[in-house]
Amino acid sequence: MPDLLLELRSEEIPARMQRRAAEDLKKRVTDALVERGFLYEGAKAFSTPRRLALHVAGLPARGEAVPEERRGPRVGAPEAAIQGFLKGAGLARLEDAQTITDPKKGEFYLAVIERPGRATLDVLAELLPEIIKTFPWPKSMRWGAASAELGALRWVRPLQSIVATFGPETETPEVVPFTVGGIPAGTVTYGHRFLAPEPIEVRRFDDYIQALERAKVILDPDRRKDVILHDARDLAFARGLDLVEDEGLLDEVAGLVEWPVVLLGSFDEAFLDIPAEAIRATIRANQKCFVLRKGGSEDLAPAFILVSNLVASDGGQAITAGNERVVRARLSDAKFFWETDKAIRLEDRLPKLDSIVFHEQLGTQGQRIARIAALAQELAPLVGADPALAERAARLAKADLVTEMVGEFPELQGLMGRKYAALQGQPESVCAAIEEHYKPVGPSDRVPTDPVAIAVALADKLDTLSGFWSIDEKPTGSKDPFALRRAALGIVRLLVEQRLNIPLMSVLLAEMSAFEFKKIAKFESSITKEILSLTRQSLERFDLENFDIKDINTIMKRRNVSKNFLSAAKDSSADVFEELWAKGVEFAVPKAGDLLGFFADRLKVYLRDQGARHDLIDAVFALPGQDDLLMVVRRVEALGKFLDTEDGKNLLAGYKRAANILRIEEKKDGRAYDAAPDAALAAAGKPAERALAEALAKARETASASVAREDFAGAMQALSTLRAPVDAFFQDVTVNALDPKLRANRLLLLNALRAATREVAEFSKIEG
Amino acid sequence: MSQKKSFQGLILTLQEFWAAQGCVILQPYDMEVGAGTFHPATTLRALGPKPWKAAYVQPSRRPKDGRYGENPNRLQHYYQFQVILKPNPPNLQELYLASLAAIGVDQTLHDIRFVEDDWESPTLGAWGLGWECWCDGMEVSQFTYFQQVAGFECAPVAGELTYGLERLAMYVQGVENIYDLDFNGAAGADRVTYGDVFLQAEQEYSRHNFEAADTAMLFRQFTDAEAACRSYLDAGAPAAEGERHRMAQPAYDQCIKASHVFNLLDARGVISVTERQSYILRVRDLAKACGAAWLRTAAGGA
Repeated sequence: MPDLLLELRSEEIPARMQRRAAEDLKKRVTDALVERGFLYEGAKAFSTPRRLALHVAGLPARGEAVPEERRGPRVGAPEAAIQGFLKGAGLARLEDAQTITDPKKGEFYLAVIERPGRATLDVLAELLPEIIKTFPWPKSMRWGAASAELGALRWVRPLQSIVATFGPETETPEVVPFTVGGIPAGTVTYGHRFLAPEPIEVRRFDDYIQALERAKVILDPDRRKDVILHDARDLAFARGLDLVEDEGLLDEVAGLVEWPVVLLGSFDEAFLDIPAEAIRATIRANQKCFVLRKGGSEDLAPAFILVSNLVASDGGQAITAGNERVVRARLSDAKFFWETDKAIRLEDRLPKLDSIVFHEQLGTQGQRIARIAALAQELAPLVGADPALAERAARLAKADLVTEMVGEFPELQGLMGRKYAALQGQPESVCAAIEEHYKPVGPSDRVPTDPVAIAVALADKLDTLSGFWSIDEKPTGSKDPFALRRAALGIVRLLVEQRLNIPLMSVLLAEMSAFEFKKIAKFESSITKEILSLTRQSLERFDLENFDIKDINTIMKRRNVSKNFLSAAKDSSADVFEELWAKGVEFAVPKAGDLLGFFADRLKVYLRDQGARHDLIDAVFALPGQDDLLMVVRRVEALGKFLDTEDGKNLLAGYKRAANILRIEEKKDGRAYDAAPDAALAAAGKPAERALAEALAKARETASASVAREDFAGAMQALSTLRAPVDAFFQDVTVNALDPKLRANRLLLLNALRAATREVAEFSKIEG
Repeated sequence: MSQKKSFQGLILTLQEFWAAQGCVILQPYDMEVGAGTFHPATTLRALGPKPWKAAYVQPSRRPKDGRYGENPNRLQHYYQFQVILKPNPPNLQELYLASLAAIGVDQTLHDIRFVEDDWESPTLGAWGLGWECWCDGMEVSQFTYFQQVAGFECAPVAGELTYGLERLAMYVQGVENIYDLDFNGAAGADRVTYGDVFLQAEQEYSRHNFEAADTAMLFRQFTDAEAACRSYLDAGAPAAEGERHRMAQPAYDQCIKASHVFNLLDARGVISVTERQSYILRVRDLAKACGAAWLRTAAGGA
């Protein structure tokens, strides 16, 4: 069966776009073919810096014939009508038509015409130009004389030639006849820019890929990667060195060469004073070279691997020397940055952060650091950290942003701060916190373990989230420019994986009330910290166990936060302040609730990834006041274990039955059975009824007490005692008794079962 | 050292090469600019439908990059060799490689690469796609297909090549320090280095840029240039629909002046981060207005 070969040769395609573009080309072409009914056996796309190529194998030479029915006039219709029908349908004689019988209208003529399938070549000639014209490059451009016209062809860089052939293996394939952007499809391509500049005539994929190989082009990016990796390892090994492997860099470098030639260069040993990460960053980012380690050691070697695109006539000496010179200049810069940075203490850099805007509506970096420091200090006792150290670490955590080194290599943020802090004699936990407070970045990054680092990491992320939520900059769909999902996941992972109990609502509310207050009052940054701490003091005092958004609102209003603040700030306009503060809290409450919902969503995603049952998470979150994420996780764990037992399964079945009966009867009666059952009445009833009433009272009490102690297994255990009485009740007792008082009380008993299960989860959300 | 490899020899070779491609060889613009792109022969001529080919050396000033002559790689004043071809010929990459061969870069020995680098000038309201051109890992040129200038789509697109002359010369001569570059290729007493010509200037201008430049005067000059630009644009504005603008170029000179004054103020560290953006926007507004005026002149295709 025939194959399609397509090559789009252009000027150098950015390395980062090549792979995706090859996949897009494959998808668009094969989708368009399939959509038109052309199935194929296989397709593979390739990319180099100068070309995208696609091979689609096993296409039919033409599409399948499609029978088409055309209804004609009545049998016995005037001759003119019949002739018209024959002509229109392309039939020679009336005998070629069929007759059909319509029960209402009698007999009709019917022409069945075989529409031959279209030639694949024609279909390709039609769809390929469209695909090229609408290709989804992340950034595209116009060029040349044609760019004077509106609607000129756009490509990632100027498109130079197109090869498009179609045909079976055994014959000379045909050129797919089309022209796009003034470029006609043909059979000529070019090999390596310097090593094989002559034109190459190609026919089909097999000879194409071989001709390119002879012309010093490896078409398959994965093969180029293999060549680079193996040659680099070998070269390193020969010198007793180890390659520091780097998948991202390998991908990029494979996209910068058509014919990789790996070389090894070296630099002055004296540069090894510079932190290894900085050496690697400069050699990687600026020179796209790999660094090496001394054999069997963690220390860098004064050497690097470069990947050139040329088999040089001197064996690569000039290329190596040239690269060594550039690396030397870069490392001199890095050394200069390192020495200059070391001379300034981190705390002396803080004033500079006051002049850097973090976000127009959220103030300067300096203001942000003050907030984070206050919050880290607050959170410290909750995570077992020394508050003073947490405060200090938070103050210094962002200071490296204004060092020369981080200015040059932003990816070294945190790490350089740690190095400078260590040199300046900061305690180890402060140094660790400076480096690790950005962590965890994403689902697989390491979670900090040092308590000071945890406090600062939490404070940093909580401040970011509260801030952006306060100004309504939330992630939408695929847009999350401030990486807020990642920040929330970071908090989830910190709390859950470090087993930390922190009721988030009070923290969020305090934080966000201050933002709202500031927005309203436009107060100076200097008093924000005091406001924050006073807000938190006031919040600590009320019980968040069973909070309700509305209650908080009233409580917050009733509390004399403002008066406390005023006595501290010695301000005279007490009433104005109180009014503004109350407003701030009022605005913050719904936003904090919304943000807590965002955390719940992130936690759900996180737990689902860990294999937890989706419905169990919902069952726990349906309970009011779930703002302690670790507690939620523990409840879900305990609930899962309980439901795996026989007792659990049976109780769930009993619960479902009770809930069903209640739902039906409540609807029938038009009232809710949500009061407590009459114990005396139950005691006077059947033994199973009395037993259940007693068991329920006891189980609920025990479960409630266990939950209060955060002993979820105990709570589940208490519920499990209900299994037998529930089963017996359903067996022996008719709920819908004739006596209405008895019936009502039995329904109330079922409700009591529903209420008891709510101590641990909302059972109605559980599936099965 | 051969004449050809000297700093001036390099310039002469490039001029000759591009003259042979039909470029007009211009002289540097007689104003202080941050890059060769600011020369009206690039910024303004890139706009409008008329074909244009030019090449020239442009002394470029980046006040912030001054290092008092102490850094072997950084200067506050350096030379760019600028080529602009509108529309870009289909073989611009080959022409560029031929120009490298002309100045002595042997392409069987050296690894030349086109590495993605999209160019954007916020002050000129301009952007384009292209590459940094690497020679053995060293960036020696910038290669850009202009897509937009002064906020207007380029139709047709111009190709712009910017050679960093000092870098290229260091490469060709195998020198590690800019100041050691052989300037004139002469021997003995006649030999002149880059340092002989520019070291003292780098020291003096670094002092000026970072310490002495009169900021009150500069702030005034910025406002004056901005106002002058606007008033020249108004004065030259076409009286009626269909008529031409009569003073696009003098107005654009004031835009260039404002841009350079801003760079000086920036080097003096008297512009805060937030103000910075607003200054850039003010210069861009001027550039856009000048571009619009140019498009209503004869050379702009009106």
